[in-house]
Amino acid sequence: MPKIAAHLRGRSWLVVKFLAAPVFAGLLFAATHAAAAEVVQIAYIDPLSGPFASTGQLGEEHLRFAIDRVNAAEAAGPGRRFELVAMDNEVNPEKSLTLLRKAIDGGIHYITQGNGSSVAFALSDAVAKNNRRDPTHAVVYLNYAAVDPGLTNGKCNWWHFRFDADSDMKMKALASYLVGRADIHKVYIFNPDYSFGQSVEKAAIAMIGNQRPDLTIVGAERVPLGKVTDFTPYIAKMRAVGADAVVTGNWGADLTLLVKAAADTGFNATFFTYYLGARETVQAVGMAGKGDAQISEWHENVDAPAIDKMAAAFNAKYHENFYYWRVVDMIDTLAAAMKEAGSTDPLKVSRVLSGMKFSTPLGAEEIRADNHQLLQPMYISVLAPDMPHMFPGVPLGFKTIKRFDAEATRLPTTCSLKAPD
Amino acid sequence: MEGLLLVLLNGLVYGLLLFMLSSGLTLIVGMMGVLNFAHASFYMLGAYFAYTISVGLGFWPALIIAPLLVGGLGALVERYGLRAVHRHGKLAELLFTVGLAFVIGEIVPLIWGRPAVPYRVPAVLDFPAFALGGINYQAYRLFMMGVSVAIFAGLYAALARTRLGLVIRAALTHPEMVGMLGHNVPRVFTLVFGAGCALAGLAGVIGGNVFTTSPGMAEALGAIVFAVVIMGGLGSIPGALLASLAIGFIQTASVTLDTPLGVLLGRLGMAVDPHGALAEITIARAAPAVPYLLLVLVLVVHPRGLMGARAD
Amino acid sequence: MADQAAPQTALLAGVPGRSRAWMIWLAATAALALVAPHLLASGFGISLLNRMAIAIVFALSFNMLLGQGGMLDFGHAVFFGLGGFATMHLLKLADAGIFLPVPLLPLAGALGGLVSAVPAGWVATRREGTSFAMVTLGIAELAVAFVVMLPQWFGGEEGVSGDRSAEPALFGFDFGAALQIYYVIAAWALLAAVLMWAITRTPLGRLTNAVRDNPLRVDFLGYDPARIRFLCFALAGLFAGVAGGMQALNDEIVTVSNIGSAASGAVLLMTYIGGVGTFWGPVLGAIVVTLLQMALGTLTDAWQLYSGLLFVFMVLWAPGGLSGIILSHAPLLRAGLGHRLLARYLAVVPAALLTLAGLIGLAEMAYRLQAVRSGGAPGRLFGFAVMPTDPVAWVAPTLLLLGGLLALRSLAPRARAAWQEAHTLLARGTPR
Repeated sequence: MPKIAAHLRGRSWLVVKFLAAPVFAGLLFAATHAAAAEVVQIAYIDPLSGPFASTGQLGEEHLRFAIDRVNAAEAAGPGRRFELVAMDNEVNPEKSLTLLRKAIDGGIHYITQGNGSSVAFALSDAVAKNNRRDPTHAVVYLNYAAVDPGLTNGKCNWWHFRFDADSDMKMKALASYLVGRADIHKVYIFNPDYSFGQSVEKAAIAMIGNQRPDLTIVGAERVPLGKVTDFTPYIAKMRAVGADAVVTGNWGADLTLLVKAAADTGFNATFFTYYLGARETVQAVGMAGKGDAQISEWHENVDAPAIDKMAAAFNAKYHENFYYWRVVDMIDTLAAAMKEAGSTDPLKVSRVLSGMKFSTPLGAEEIRADNHQLLQPMYISVLAPDMPHMFPGVPLGFKTIKRFDAEATRLPTTCSLKAPD
Repeated sequence: MEGLLLVLLNGLVYGLLLFMLSSGLTLIVGMMGVLNFAHASFYMLGAYFAYTISVGLGFWPALIIAPLLVGGLGALVERYGLRAVHRHGKLAELLFTVGLAFVIGEIVPLIWGRPAVPYRVPAVLDFPAFALGGINYQAYRLFMMGVSVAIFAGLYAALARTRLGLVIRAALTHPEMVGMLGHNVPRVFTLVFGAGCALAGLAGVIGGNVFTTSPGMAEALGAIVFAVVIMGGLGSIPGALLASLAIGFIQTASVTLDTPLGVLLGRLGMAVDPHGALAEITIARAAPAVPYLLLVLVLVVHPRGLMGARAD
Repeated sequence: MADQAAPQTALLAGVPGRSRAWMIWLAATAALALVAPHLLASGFGISLLNRMAIAIVFALSFNMLLGQGGMLDFGHAVFFGLGGFATMHLLKLADAGIFLPVPLLPLAGALGGLVSAVPAGWVATRREGTSFAMVTLGIAELAVAFVVMLPQWFGGEEGVSGDRSAEPALFGFDFGAALQIYYVIAAWALLAAVLMWAITRTPLGRLTNAVRDNPLRVDFLGYDPARIRFLCFALAGLFAGVAGGMQALNDEIVTVSNIGSAASGAVLLMTYIGGVGTFWGPVLGAIVVTLLQMALGTLTDAWQLYSGLLFVFMVLWAPGGLSGIILSHAPLLRAGLGHRLLARYLAVVPAALLTLAGLIGLAEMAYRLQAVRSGGAPGRLFGFAVMPTDPVAWVAPTLLLLGGLLALRSLAPRARAAWQEAHTLLARGTPR
């Protein structure tokens, strides 16, 4: 069977070669740096190609920025350096799992991800199973943007830490502002049709309905993600029921098209959003966006000079607006936990992270011990003219209307975590 | 009454928009039998070219130059790519366009970057032309409808009434005969493919600023244009118009209906659990799936599509 | 593909004569499957093997339609995904304490695939050719829309997940460890591949080929072509469901993305690159594309561009896929005509490498230019420090590309001529 043998050899050789190249590069790197420093690799598993690449790229730039800061200050402990390993998952859960496997094989103990709750659920689940089956290769999962409440409730696990407020926490803040607005009487709830949108809708109905006798929910609608070309019929429907406020968890191109259709048709209800802050969206809606609101953990016009400096440094280096304050917060917190634990061991570090209390330029923060959700100050802001920081081409910037202390965002959870043995 | 009028108007607007987006594909499918999966990519190129040109020269020159550029690119693709795979059969042609879409989708963000570019509606058309039921209709929307109608009239007249149209149609069914009559059949195909791509580019020029011009726009256009072309009857131009309008009206009408699907099925005599999963889906929620439901239904009842001559 | 069909059928016709050849192949493949994970000895390697095994079954089931039946299915992932969901729901039942042996769960996938393929096939197989393809496109879009709308059954965005190791251990195996599940998956892949191969030998398999080549004639023979297409479609759905079930066991999660157009597109890519003209072509395609997806992505940002270019290249110059290339050379080598090709082929290699280097150089420069613009580092390319903002840096790859293309233009036709010449000799029966 010489032919088969050759075939065999050829195939496995190919596999070995493909597998060996990165491993070899890793070894080489480790060999040259081992003497100088202890390197903690953080795998970044997010879209770096395809339609969502721009979001993934933005995340990567913020992570690199945050890691450079930590390394410059040796914030994770003397001689301890962070290093980012970027992996492209195309927002595909299955591919993310294989990349996780690869990261674990490469000796990586810390991963971070943010785009797509589907990926987040898959990773969280896989990390928990891996850590149970193979504790020596345990992995800590740092989530910077996947906000489905399920991740810190029904499907929570010890190894998942979330540094973004979940959609219910954001709705609580958004709803308290909306209910306080005496000029709003009829609310329309409009969301993307998947688990995130469904939980936003549920939370909105629970937190806005029956709060004020003259405030009613006049409609609740969900549309498939990225499938609607023309939102005019939906705007017509909102208009027909006399809505004067729209609460929406839509994001990206869908949100842009929605607010643009509203502006074009002269429908001037106030939009209460999760993700209005994207430059593209504000530029598309233009001056018609004045007064529209968003909920976020930071925006450019928050009075925090330390973060302003960071934003300026980020902008100078990456030619892009600073957006994810929470990424910096997350990496700083990880570094602080490592320093306190005096170790990079995932279990030891996770024990420090769980229930950790610290303060940032924005105020006191806490990682809840019961579900590993970060509690951080939140801001309701609206697009307003004459702000210090405004969007290029549109003379509008976010203006803080209401600030919530970290503690005020706490919600009950069905989760109660205990450290593994 | 006003509600019905609104549905009709919105349906017409959306239907004509769909026709504009799919007209280039209809032409290529109808005259060459090639299912051009790169159609949406040429649409995207049209929008990006128009953006770049409009930065320097303004919208109106872009309206002319960008489709011509895209058409020229399409002609090159036909001449040096598609023609070579033609002898490998229909599947190879289709797969070639799939690969092309892939490559264009990667090259566009390399040139223009990953975030959306600020391509704007021209100021002269950026005002509300009239209002119905409190909904303003922008002048640009009317312009868009006008272009769509003009495309239909132009295509229909060119193919049905001119000598060139006759040659093109004959070249599809009887290429040898047309060749023997002294016409350059391959050049006819290059011309048709170029024209189809130019129409895709035109749709991009006009649609890119109403929607967003970003690397994801080709994917966002998605399968809907195929639904239109197939439902209309694989390349029948009146058929595509009919299908566009049908999808436009029915989808717009379903958006306004909050009846749960379960109730609907119940009326049709099917037993549905009143608290089950199906009972919760309203017709409005299912509206974006309507084109595909229509497509499957039409093909089950009438395999050749609404006005198709061929069933292959 | 007409010019390559002849040697292929000749080769296939030769298989029953060498009746023991397939047993040897089977034994060798099984042995390879047995030792492969130990050769790699890494979790990622095993995970890669699992993906390949799943992709192989999926691609083979797809080729039952495309290669054997001439049916282009744009929604094949629907059956893959629904098979996965069926398996996952049973796994969850098993998690809840009902006795269901984990290794047998892909059977549920088979059932899920079959049950979903029957109505879809009933609608779609009444058509052929382009109409068929388009109906499947419509069905796929509908399926995705409804799966997303029914989170009670399909888990919405988060999908449905289970735990394959939660059940009481079976003969001491709990299937939590990567190696244990690898053997389950490899066994299923082998079984499914053998069954699909066996189907091609049955009268139904032969009739499917006949319907692909000449439906009218099949009709005259008294068989209903639509019915045969339907049976083939249902079986293909069944095996896609098995693949989905394997994946459900491997990932322990099934999400909507398993059903979507990206998954359907990926299986088309694999099958075509491997070659639709043979039974084993898709196997090759599944292996190569899985490697590309998983390995190339970590080496370069431009991997999607390379995949696209590879695909276009294959369609343009190797429509028979990898297996087509192999098949068109195997008889020549066996006939001892290899030496006639070698020199001409070797002459093409440097030109091809030159072109490739130029192409890669340009692509990498472009991607790095983007990286530099957004504040990144340009890094090194082929060992050289490059600065993509400097126009001079672009000259070298451009020259390489142009030079390579020029050389190819004169050398490639000669290699092709040598190939044709050899085939002519072979056809004449020239001495071995």
